[in-house]
Amino acid sequence: MTLTFLIDALITVIGITTPILLAASGELVVEKSGVINLGVEGMMLVGAITGFAVGFEFSDPWIGVGAAAVAGAATSMIFAVLVLSLGTNQVATGLALTIFGIGLSSLIGTNYTGFAALPFDPPFPDYLAQDPIGRVIFGHSAFVYFALILVFAIGWFLSHTRAGLVLRAVGENDFSAHSIGYPVIAIRYAAIAFGGAVAGIAGANFSMVITPMWAEQMTAGRGWIALALVVFSGWRAGRLLAGAYFFGVLMTLELYAKASGYAIMPSQFWAAMPYIIAVAVLAFISARDGRSGKEPACLGKPFLPNG
Amino acid sequence: MTNGARSRDGIARLELRGITKAFPGVIANSDVHLSVKPGEIHALLGENGAGKSTLVKMIYGIMAPDSGSMMWEGQDYRASNPRAARKQGIGMVFQHFSLFEAMDVVENIALGLDSAISRSALDREIRAVMDKYGLRLDPRRIIATLSVGERQRIEIVRALLLNPRLLIMDEPTSVLTPQEVEDLFVTLRRLASEGCSILYISHKLHEIVELCDRATILRGGKVVATCDPRKETPRSMGEMMIGSDFADPARGSVPNAGPVRLAVRDLSLPKPDDFGVALQSISFDVHAGEIFGIAGVAGNGQNELLDALSGETLSTREDVIAIDKNAIGRFGPTKRRAHGLCAVPEERNGHAAIGNFTLADNAFLSARTRMGLDPQGMIDRTGAESFAQTIIKRFSVKALGPRALAGSLSGGNLQKFIMGREILQNPSVLVICQPTWGVDAGSAAAIHQAIIDLANSGSAVIVISQDLDELLRLCDRLAVINGGKLSASRKVNDVTVDELGLLMGGHHAATPTSGEHHAPRA
Amino acid sequence: MRLVLEKRLEQSRTMVVLTPILSVIGVMILGVIIFDAIGYDGFDAVWQLFITPVIDTYKWRDVATKAAPLILIGLGLSIGNRAKIWNIGAEGQYIVGAISAAGVAYATQEMSGFWIIPLMLIIGMAGGAAYAAIPAGLKTRYGVSEVLSSLMLVYVSVQLLSYLITGPWKDPNGMNFPQTAQLTASQLLPRELGETGLPPGLLFALVGMIIFAIIVDRTVFGFSIRAIGEAPQAARFGGFNSNRIVWAALMISGGMAGLAGTLELMQLTRLNLGYPSGYGFTAIIVSLLGRSHPFGVFVAGIVLAVTYVGGQVAQTVVHVPNATAGLFQALILFAILASDLFVRYRIKIKSSVAEVRA
Repeated sequence: MTLTFLIDALITVIGITTPILLAASGELVVEKSGVINLGVEGMMLVGAITGFAVGFEFSDPWIGVGAAAVAGAATSMIFAVLVLSLGTNQVATGLALTIFGIGLSSLIGTNYTGFAALPFDPPFPDYLAQDPIGRVIFGHSAFVYFALILVFAIGWFLSHTRAGLVLRAVGENDFSAHSIGYPVIAIRYAAIAFGGAVAGIAGANFSMVITPMWAEQMTAGRGWIALALVVFSGWRAGRLLAGAYFFGVLMTLELYAKASGYAIMPSQFWAAMPYIIAVAVLAFISARDGRSGKEPACLGKPFLPNG
Repeated sequence: MTNGARSRDGIARLELRGITKAFPGVIANSDVHLSVKPGEIHALLGENGAGKSTLVKMIYGIMAPDSGSMMWEGQDYRASNPRAARKQGIGMVFQHFSLFEAMDVVENIALGLDSAISRSALDREIRAVMDKYGLRLDPRRIIATLSVGERQRIEIVRALLLNPRLLIMDEPTSVLTPQEVEDLFVTLRRLASEGCSILYISHKLHEIVELCDRATILRGGKVVATCDPRKETPRSMGEMMIGSDFADPARGSVPNAGPVRLAVRDLSLPKPDDFGVALQSISFDVHAGEIFGIAGVAGNGQNELLDALSGETLSTREDVIAIDKNAIGRFGPTKRRAHGLCAVPEERNGHAAIGNFTLADNAFLSARTRMGLDPQGMIDRTGAESFAQTIIKRFSVKALGPRALAGSLSGGNLQKFIMGREILQNPSVLVICQPTWGVDAGSAAAIHQAIIDLANSGSAVIVISQDLDELLRLCDRLAVINGGKLSASRKVNDVTVDELGLLMGGHHAATPTSGEHHAPRA
Repeated sequence: MRLVLEKRLEQSRTMVVLTPILSVIGVMILGVIIFDAIGYDGFDAVWQLFITPVIDTYKWRDVATKAAPLILIGLGLSIGNRAKIWNIGAEGQYIVGAISAAGVAYATQEMSGFWIIPLMLIIGMAGGAAYAAIPAGLKTRYGVSEVLSSLMLVYVSVQLLSYLITGPWKDPNGMNFPQTAQLTASQLLPRELGETGLPPGLLFALVGMIIFAIIVDRTVFGFSIRAIGEAPQAARFGGFNSNRIVWAALMISGGMAGLAGTLELMQLTRLNLGYPSGYGFTAIIVSLLGRSHPFGVFVAGIVLAVTYVGGQVAQTVVHVPNATAGLFQALILFAILASDLFVRYRIKIKSSVAEVRA
């Protein structure tokens, strides 16, 4: 009984963590290149509705996931063109992208409310996920494994590959990278597109597995948690993983508090908790690391090659 | 191939023919011809703004010329980006280093190479090159902890690893101590003797006389002369570079020292951030009518000292800084100005002035209190505009008028405006950081004259500069800042360049240390 | 031939005024194309969205009712924009302002007197400002990005509102609906200004515009905000304390959002779950479309209010989905951001020059 309860809770934590882990991993790459894209929430929503709708229309959820990635990347390109080619302010543009994503996803989604998402085939054969240990290891959706592989791959990419070194260099000093001869703008385009695609997949994770249905603004601020996570992690993949699961636990508490009648605090308290903790952790991390912190030196600054 | 531009000693390594490059409102290079022989150290000489940097950026593929052609060892050459230039065998050491602060030396060097190479192999190669050319550097250190001289060595190693046949050095000595300059010259001569050509950009005449085989002199974007520096004097080349004989203002007779106007006692401040320098127990006095110079290599606490004096950083105690015996250590910039202390920071655009603001707004920025431009917290626009107009007139600033954006002025004109803004407030004490950095000779002379006039009128003036020549000409007394510590001051007449150089490198006369120069930021 | 960008020596004043207008027109044209493409009568949809509320005098009251909070919040945010301090949590401050004023209302249910309304307005402003003080304190003390902290607090405020109206402040006579009790007569402003049909909030917006115009254009404080936004180091050199400006920008925008929240509470007469309206987010668009100048913000507030009202019209007439207005608002924001380029640069057509001379 207690064991089953714990196993269930653990599986919920892992599932609920996955979209924010995905979105944060994508944003980590974007920020390492020196760009902050506050449109994560918007890209997630566009991914969520696209994944749901395309999966529904084609009766194949995998096509939906692919479409969500493409839609997320396409949405991010609006941001990229404005910020990289037209030199607009990154904060305002990212915010505009979120507003845009909310509007666009709601517009597309009007015809898709009230349907249930098509189920995915489990990634592993059923007999592996029978006993409790098997369920914890093999009993998740493919998104979970993808997110874990992705975050390790990004960590390895950033610290062990030449392309990762160049990406970091662009985020560290765009002017120097340009004068050595690296295509700063092109690299940032690629990073933003990657971040958009991953955010799109994170959105699809919501609408196709977690909920699983479409509802307006269903990501409910998780995109912002993902952004905060990147700051918590000190721009390191390993800590991103740990931070994401920490928030997963908080969000699971909210679910359980809502479900059980005997919550010590009102359910709104648990719903607000991830955000309160996020602000508190932001303060703690910033106080510890100081202003220089570990953030890429060019984060948020516009770069126009010839003046 | 019809004209005889080809060098007599065989094919030139690099030859430029009729290179022209224009920017909105300026022609940076006009019909420039230049040829560099194999193994030659070729000086590209010119004032700030003469077009030297633009020219080498085109050679290195950062910019494309509007017209003209380039030849590399007899073949048509055009580099669309630095990578292509490096592939041809061109290396470049930038004036503003292209380094990545948060990364280590090996990562920085790897970024300058065009092919992937394992870290251990690269480590070995770096050590080999450094041994060969007598460069000392620990490959595992983070750039932020290195001195400026050490940073330059990374750039040089990075360029040398590619076995260049032409090495471009853009103002390499502006950040080095005299001793470091000697070390650099040894490396460069060694390279040239192995057949590598060097294009050496500078405006320092005595260096060129000492180092270079040939010099091309640029003025206003055009080649005005090509000469053999060994047959010229610094004076003759200087006249070619500037075009006319600028009388450099002289200090004249040094007035008797008046009463102390600025007293700094035991000023210590922690590092402002990871990349800054802590100030350690700085003390000095400056008298009325005196010009006090502070020499030092960049990044040794100059900017921190200026901020501490101007009031941008507050002191820990009231009595650390006093003007005319009033303790002002805990006052911010506005109150300090009210007490008579004005300042000119090194960075013109973004610190001393705001590029996107009009000149009138920029006048208001720092002169509002002393000039009474802010009655009851409101802006006196007419007053600000007429004050800006006065500055423009009195200091011959070339600008459309008080409503021109500060960012539209040339460096020299903006600096004249900023100097004028502070001087016309008639300060008791004026602190200036790098008064003529990147300023053309005419403006520099005008600025020097204004500083002298201010001192002669009874103000105390502090000049913080990396340019020893400037300090020696201008100042009455000098001290050296190194690693956030200020040396004892010396009368200018009693001190030699060698002594100053040693102080700048961190060798204090009282406690001579041996071996390597210590990094000021370590 | 190719197009090149050339930096202007002075910002173009014509473009500062012209680009927001062109942005809106551009989005209208784009809207016709988009709606035609997805199977609606594009022209009709855009007409209902942007034009009907303007020419139909019966809609003016609706427009003014929506414009007032947008303008009030937008005015506050424009201070932050100028200083490049990004308060994107105005929605939260708007909610907390309303909650604070509702607290006064809750405490004064049995009382009457002329002082109740001013007290509600002051406490509402104070509540919004206090909520904005959290990101301000975190930024000045620990260097926490105000972008993330202010936004996170929106979600917290929504939960706080939900808790209060389902718990301690729930209307006992409300048939178990999650809402507060209706405000009493001494807690309500008149429905309209005289006989005009216009809401009292519009008067606040008008007065606010004038006060903010004086602050921004004529005072040293307004100057210091612009200086901090352009060049923080130069502002410090000029003797302006950046922490003080962070505080001021956030407290002012929080206070204005709180004021807007209180006035909205008085319009709706009670708090319920539908209270969070997104005005705090839309006001960000208002402040940017208005080029962060009080006059511009006033006009932009009306334009965005038109899209809200027009969105409802288009929904009933052309049957476009509810989300249409939000989408158009985002497109306007993209357009205004992109058009900034023409303020700073001019576009020139350059004929290509032969690179090699024979």
